[in-house]
Amino acid sequence: MSSRLLRIVLPATTGALVIAAWYGFHFWLDAELRFLLPTPGQILAAFRDNGDALARAALNTTEGALLGFGLAALVGFLLAVGLSLSSLVRASLYPYLMILQMTPIIVIAPILVLWVGAGLKSVTVITFLICFFPLVVNTTQGLVSTDRNLVELFAMWRASRWQQLVHLRIPAALPYFFTGLRIAATLAPIGALVGDYTAGSSDGDGGGLGFQAIIYNSQAKYPALFATAAVTCVLGFLFTAAVLALSWFALHHWHDSYERSDR
Amino acid sequence: MSASPIVEFREVTKRFGDGPLVLDRINLAARPGEFISLIGPSGCGKSTLLRLVAGLSPISSGALTVGGLTPDAAAAELAFVFQEPTLLPWLTVARNVELAPRLRGSSAAARAATSQRVLDLVRLGDRAGAYPRQLSGGQKMRVSIARALALAPKILLLDEPFGALDEMTREHLNEELLAIHASAAWTAFFVTHSVAEAVFLSNRILVMSANPGRIHTEIRVDLPAARTAETRLSRAYHDLVADVSRLLRSVEIAAA
Repeated sequence: MSSRLLRIVLPATTGALVIAAWYGFHFWLDAELRFLLPTPGQILAAFRDNGDALARAALNTTEGALLGFGLAALVGFLLAVGLSLSSLVRASLYPYLMILQMTPIIVIAPILVLWVGAGLKSVTVITFLICFFPLVVNTTQGLVSTDRNLVELFAMWRASRWQQLVHLRIPAALPYFFTGLRIAATLAPIGALVGDYTAGSSDGDGGGLGFQAIIYNSQAKYPALFATAAVTCVLGFLFTAAVLALSWFALHHWHDSYERSDR
Repeated sequence: MSASPIVEFREVTKRFGDGPLVLDRINLAARPGEFISLIGPSGCGKSTLLRLVAGLSPISSGALTVGGLTPDAAAAELAFVFQEPTLLPWLTVARNVELAPRLRGSSAAARAATSQRVLDLVRLGDRAGAYPRQLSGGQKMRVSIARALALAPKILLLDEPFGALDEMTREHLNEELLAIHASAAWTAFFVTHSVAEAVFLSNRILVMSANPGRIHTEIRVDLPAARTAETRLSRAYHDLVADVSRLLRSVEIAAA
């Protein structure tokens, strides 16, 4: 069998086996416990019954995730450039960035709500806080690990600091930036969901997926809860796919990570 | 020749910080258009000597002039070719060649004309749109040389540019480099570990000794000016390679 076919057949088989085991386990459970593990069929039905609410919640979560992610990319990039310019600045700020990263978001979420208000604003800020760190760390790493020989070359040309940054350090750091972006892309929907879960609000827009999860949980609508989780997975997948596409677009011409092995 | 030297070292010494002497009382005058090779054991300071001319590092004492100026003031007259091709992987061949002129504010039209001309010189005119990773090691080095030539330098500093290439490619590039040198007027300082390469390319070979770095012996290469692959078969060439090799070995044994 060709390897291309195997790549389709193998995961499909795994999926079929998991679903079969899932049904098996469901019916193996005592009847009064079966609500704990709804079948894929029940989850699909929950999608149908709650489609509007889930779609609206998904849109709200996407909005918060996109805003927080975009803000993190922008601020993270600019801060990384600032950090890369001086080891003194790095030494002064790095410990506090670490502290910011260690701070449990769930704990400070209620305070954030007081600061910026519940709903989209809080969700955006929480997503930003979660995405921001890997972006800053990776991009800074890229900006300060420019090839010594190339730095020497620019010195030879008597290039200005600005020219060196624009024409050498930033392009050389792009692969690192995209690594940070990829990590942040997997975190963004989760961040938005957590944000929504802890600081969401049904005011105005009706809340996001996190808020929807709270509602379903309180109503003991477990199939709908699973459906909410599935939507979040899809969202995460779409985010990652978008960043991978962006990364390919920016790097495939020249970066070794896109080197084709059959060339 | 009575032309005033384009590069002149007078009693130049170099040490890094409080470290040992790297270069000791270097005296050297290079005529415009001359091709000078520097050869010697590792640690003899030949790369440091190039870096002094390039103004990448200051001299410790003595006097060094480049075109009558200090090395730093003469930076625009120089181009450097490193051992690695040091191409920017995210730029095409043409854009790599055009980068330095672009940083110096040259117009797009002038840059394009220059890059086409120098890429034709190194026989890569048809690869202008390629990315460095699509090129072989020898081709990358050709681009690196083209990039240096695009600056229309009066002095070309080459630090073991062909050290990483196979013998065949190296010999081809030696011939091409000489042909380009014959058609232009730059002065070359060429650091190498290969005696054969030094003899083939140079008007003058400076054999250096280490600890501290000194010019041990200066050898004039009186082979005909127009050198080709045939030159390597001549008696004169072989005698010179043998002489320089013997000399180099004695310097290396003394250093060890």
